[in-house]
Amino acid sequence: MDDNTPDIEITELRKLTQVIKDKYDYEFKDYAMSSFKRRIKRVLDLYKFKNVDKLVNVLENNPDFFEEFVSEITVNVTEMFRDPTFWKVLKEQIIPNILLNHNKITIWHAGCSSGEEIVTMCAVLDEMGALDKAKIIATDIDTAIISKAKNASYSMKNMEVNSKNYARYQGTRNLEYYYKEVSGEAVIHKSLLENVSYRKHDLVQGAIFSKFDLVLCRNVMIYFNQTLQNNVLNKLHESLFKYGYLAIGSKESLIWCEIANKFIVVNNEEKVYKKIKD
Amino acid sequence: MTNKYKAVVIGGSAGSFQGITQILASIPKDFPLPIFLCLHRLKHVRNGFVEALCIKSNKAVAEPFDKETIKKGSVYLAPANYHLCLELGNTCSLSTEELVNNSRPAIDLTFESASYLYRDKLVGILLSGANKDGAYGMMKIKGRNGLTIVQDPDDSMINAMPNAALAATKIDHILTINEIVNFLLELDKICKGS
Repeated sequence: MDDNTPDIEITELRKLTQVIKDKYDYEFKDYAMSSFKRRIKRVLDLYKFKNVDKLVNVLENNPDFFEEFVSEITVNVTEMFRDPTFWKVLKEQIIPNILLNHNKITIWHAGCSSGEEIVTMCAVLDEMGALDKAKIIATDIDTAIISKAKNASYSMKNMEVNSKNYARYQGTRNLEYYYKEVSGEAVIHKSLLENVSYRKHDLVQGAIFSKFDLVLCRNVMIYFNQTLQNNVLNKLHESLFKYGYLAIGSKESLIWCEIANKFIVVNNEEKVYKKIKD
Repeated sequence: MTNKYKAVVIGGSAGSFQGITQILASIPKDFPLPIFLCLHRLKHVRNGFVEALCIKSNKAVAEPFDKETIKKGSVYLAPANYHLCLELGNTCSLSTEELVNNSRPAIDLTFESASYLYRDKLVGILLSGANKDGAYGMMKIKGRNGLTIVQDPDDSMINAMPNAALAATKIDHILTINEIVNFLLELDKICKGS
């Protein structure tokens, strides 16, 4: 087996993140080290750059490359109904609780990636007869992936795993109900996504832009270090109405975070929290 | 053997469950090093595996949360559908990155990041399996002067994974499960300073 490429040094990564900050005003210095290093290695392999210096050089001299770079280093692997039991809890417990006191529900998908989670949310709301009460904002740092989310067309190859998830979620329909197959693609019905608006937003440096009843930020902060996670959590907290809900990934936890005392755990297995203090 | 070792990583796939169970049943409750298990498992079955491993184990096995601090003597299992990595600063990290070697969790990622953290103070053990996941990771462990052990291909239910590691890098010891258990018991004694 060949692996002649030397390890990427932390000093090289520091230089890279500094150049990105100076030239593009994006802040990557507090991304979690091992995954960030792998993403950079991936970019080097993909574009056949021989080292980080070469990448730095290209970023310095070729602004057009930057968006592509962001797309490649952000992780965009997701599924519809990922963690079926989470969606069941949302449907049976969380959303009904919100609608008990309001006749509208505002939802933010922070780090929406290619949009599978949005499709899932809309399907859940539709099956509850609550889709017309929802206003959904979907944001991501990656422009290309937002276009993909908006387009809402997914390879049929991926639908097998999505359908299996849906079956485990025990939905009242079939997943096929929500899309039409067009030349190997599952094209989600536009009517399902009518109440969704998409925008580019950087969780790290972006400002708070609205208040929500429910914020989903699942498997996003795993790519940040503890410092950055604390910063982002402050923003998520501020973006929630009091008694609003925050959902994070099933293997993430607020225990070690500064903000933990402003939330209570509503569902520990599925990692749903409720904001109890401003 | 020396007492320099600080952690053990174990990778396994098809045919490794019995071996891993035997290992966990044999090492003492106060085994002093953290053990990280990266075992190929059903991607969409979140529950049950940890419980199955715990049945015969002397030590509690737990799936770590992202950013959980590594504790001496704990046994960690890579959760379903996440890669498990170790970070400078002694924490676990999880990732939903692409499949590696068709797997998530991938042994290569756990091994590589563990060897980066522990350098020559890591013991890497690769068990039975049907693919080549772990071979690159073993190479990284060896390259950073850690200790490499594979299950004897003749002792493995499926020998593709041990063989791939043997082809990829110099392996320090080729051992049967019984011998791996004896090795860990020896390591236990040495690390406790007796």
